[in-house]
Amino acid sequence: MVTTITMPQLGETVTEGTVERWLKKPGDAVEKYEAFVEVSTDKVNSEVPAPVTGIIRELLVQEGQTVATGTPIAVIDHEAAVGQSASAPPSTLSEMAHSANAEPVPGFNIPQSAPKPAAANGRSETAPPVHASSEVSLRGASPAVRRLAREHRVDVAAIKGSGANGRVTADDVLAAAKSGTIAAPTATASAAKGPSTYANPIPGTTIPLNSARRIIAERMVESKHNAPHAWSMVEVDVTNVWKWRAKEKDRFEQETGYKLTLLPFFMRAVVESLAAFPLMNAKFTAEGIHVNKDVNVGIAIGLATNLVVPVIRNADKLSIRGLAIAAGDLIDRARKNKLTADDVQGGTFTVNNNGANGSYASAPIINAGQAGIVTMETVVKKPVVTADDAIAIRHMMNSCLSLDHRVVDGYVASGFLADLKKRLEGMTASGSI
Amino acid sequence: MAVMNNVEAVRATLYDAMKSDDRTVLMGEDVGARGNVFLISKDFIKEFGPDRVIDTPIAEASIVGIAVGMAMEGLRPIAEIQFADFIYPAFNQIVGEAAKTRYRSNGEYTCPLVIRTPYGGGVRGALSHSVSIEALFYHVPGLKIVAPAFPSDVKGLLNAAIDDPDPVLFLEHKKTYRLIKGEVPEGHYTIPLGKANVLKEGSQLTVVSYGLYVHWALDAAKQLEADGRSVEVIDLRSIRPMDQQTILRSVRKTRKLLIVHEDNKFGGIGAEISAMVAEEALFDLDAPIRRLAAPDVPAMGYAEPLEQEYMSSPALMAEAMREMVAF
Repeated sequence: MVTTITMPQLGETVTEGTVERWLKKPGDAVEKYEAFVEVSTDKVNSEVPAPVTGIIRELLVQEGQTVATGTPIAVIDHEAAVGQSASAPPSTLSEMAHSANAEPVPGFNIPQSAPKPAAANGRSETAPPVHASSEVSLRGASPAVRRLAREHRVDVAAIKGSGANGRVTADDVLAAAKSGTIAAPTATASAAKGPSTYANPIPGTTIPLNSARRIIAERMVESKHNAPHAWSMVEVDVTNVWKWRAKEKDRFEQETGYKLTLLPFFMRAVVESLAAFPLMNAKFTAEGIHVNKDVNVGIAIGLATNLVVPVIRNADKLSIRGLAIAAGDLIDRARKNKLTADDVQGGTFTVNNNGANGSYASAPIINAGQAGIVTMETVVKKPVVTADDAIAIRHMMNSCLSLDHRVVDGYVASGFLADLKKRLEGMTASGSI
Repeated sequence: MAVMNNVEAVRATLYDAMKSDDRTVLMGEDVGARGNVFLISKDFIKEFGPDRVIDTPIAEASIVGIAVGMAMEGLRPIAEIQFADFIYPAFNQIVGEAAKTRYRSNGEYTCPLVIRTPYGGGVRGALSHSVSIEALFYHVPGLKIVAPAFPSDVKGLLNAAIDDPDPVLFLEHKKTYRLIKGEVPEGHYTIPLGKANVLKEGSQLTVVSYGLYVHWALDAAKQLEADGRSVEVIDLRSIRPMDQQTILRSVRKTRKLLIVHEDNKFGGIGAEISAMVAEEALFDLDAPIRRLAAPDVPAMGYAEPLEQEYMSSPALMAEAMREMVAF
C-alpha cells in the first residue's frame, strides 16, 4: 500500500512551495511524524513530517524545484503493522501541519488505498488490513503464518504471497514447506550474524572486553592474588526448611509477586551465623582486620552477559520475608539490567546460590575485600542415617565456604559453617516467615 | 415429517408440552383469550383452561417473578414476554432471581423456567419491536440462552429448554417466524443445549452466526460457493452455553473467522467469540477476526432506510466473506 504525499499548503494564501532539502532518499525508512522534507514558501520554512511509517519509494520533485500545492512530491510505501490499519486511517499531513505551521490547511495528502474506518455492519468497509510481508520476513505475518513458518523452518521472506497485496498466507507457507525449497537459515548461520559477544560468542573471534567483563577480571585476579583462599564444605539437612518454604510459597508469591526460593531462608541463617562469628564479616587491611559494623550481604546473580553481585544492606535486620522481597527485587532488576551503582556496592559477605543449575560442590572466589563467600548447592533427596540409626529420605544440600585465610583460620571458619548448618537444620515451619 | 414454519413449530411444541405434562403452565400478555399476538397459543385456553393458560397484566416483572416461584415449587412455567423489547422490567427477576436460584439455595431449589420471547428486526418494528437482547443477558452465569433459526431446531431446543432444570431464555426471531419453513420430525425429541450446528462445511473461512442472520450467512456462503470459494457456516443455536469446541475446531481448519450478528457489535456475542478464539487459537489465525454486527446506534429506526442501514444483508455478508477469503 502506498501513500502519495503532495506539496503541503503552508498557509492560507500560499499556492506553491519549494522543496528546500530532502531529508530522506528513496529506500530510506521513515517513521510516522518524522520529518522527511524541508519545504520553503514565501511565508514559512518548514520541516514536513511523514503521515505514515514506511519506506520512501520515490521522490518526485528535485531539491530547489518549486511546485504548486497539491502536486505529488513523494511516494511512501507503508508497511502496515498488524491491527493498525484497520482501526484508523493514516493521519493526514494536514493534522501534522498543525504543529508545524502557523496557518494549517487541510487536504494535503492523497492516500491511494488507505483503509477507511470499519463500519460495524460492513457497509463502506474496504478490504481487511493487508500487510506487505515481502518487505521483512515476519513483520505483518499472521500468527498462523508465524507458527507454521517456525514449525516447518520456512523463510517467509522468500515466499511469494498469494493473499491480498501479496500477503504470504498460511497455505503459502505450507506449500513452500511441502516443496522443501525454502529453508530458513540454520541456527549456526544465524548465530554467526552480528558481532561476537559474551552472550553470543562466535568461534574464531575475539570478544572485546566491555567494562563489566574488565572489572570482573580485575576483581577476580585481585582476590585470588591477595587473599589466600581456603575451602570447606558441610552437608545440611534442609528437609524442614524445604517443607516450610513449600507451605509458604504460594501465598508469598500471591502477596508479593516474587517467587519464594530457599535463598532467603539460607540468608537468614547466614546473617545469624555472621552475628555469632563477626570475624567472618570482616576485611583484611594493612592496618589490621577491620570488623564490619553492618552486615551487607551480596547475592551472586549470573546473567547471560555477566555476573552481578547486588547487595542487601543491613540484611541482619530483615526477616526471611524481608530478605525474600529484597532479593526478589534485586534479581528482578538484575535481569532487566536495571541495577544502580549503589545496588552493587558495600557488600561485606557474599552468598552464591549455585545449586540452581545442579552444582553439587563448588569453590567460589571471594569477593575482593570480604572475608568469605558461602554457596548453596543443589538440594537432593538422599537416604540418611538418622540419630536413632534409622534410614530416612531427607532433603540434603551442600554448603561450601571459601575464606580469606589472612582474616580467619579454619577453626573460626569451620565453627561458622557448623553454626550455619545447625541454624538451617533447626529452622522449622513456625509462625510467619 | 411435517413441514412447518417457526411459529407453527413453537405452537406444536408448546401444545405437546401442555398435553404431556400437567405441570406445564403458559403465562404472559395475551397468551390466553387472544392466543398470543402471533397466534402461537390460539385456542389453548379452551383446551387447557385459564388456570394453565394465564393472561397476565402488562407487568413483566410479575410475569417472570411469579413464574420463578411456580418453577421453584414444582411447576413447569413457560413465561412469555410479548416482545423482547419489553423484557427490561423483568431484568431483576431473570438475572437476580431465576439465574441465581440454584446457587443461592445451594442446590435445594432449582428454577426450571422457560422465558420465551420474540426478538429481532427486519419487520419494520421500529424502536420497541426490533431489539436483540441476548448480549444483555449472556454475561450472566446460571442463565441459558437459546436462539434457534430452523423449525426443527425450534422444536428440539424448546423441548430441551422445557426439560432443563434451570432457567432458559428462549429467543425466537420474529422475521423467521413465517419466513422460514422446514421439516420437523414427529414425536418428542430434544437437541442438547450448548451444541452448535455446522450447517455447511467449508475450508477457507468460518462464519459463526445465530438467528435470522444464519439464513443470510448461508445465502452468502452459497453465493461464494458458486465462485469456487469454500465457506463454513456454523449456527450457534445456543448462545450460552456456547459450543466453543465446534467453533475452535472449525477455525483451526479454516484459519479465518467472521462473526455476524444482528445485535450491536460493541460487547456483543461476537466480542466473546472473538476473545475466546484469540485466547485459544491465536496461532491458527491467518487473518484478523472480523465482526459484522449492528452499529452503535440505540435502536433500529422505523424508516426503511434506517432499518436497512442498521441491519446487514446477504450481499454485505458475501462481500465481507470474499474479502476475508482473499486476504
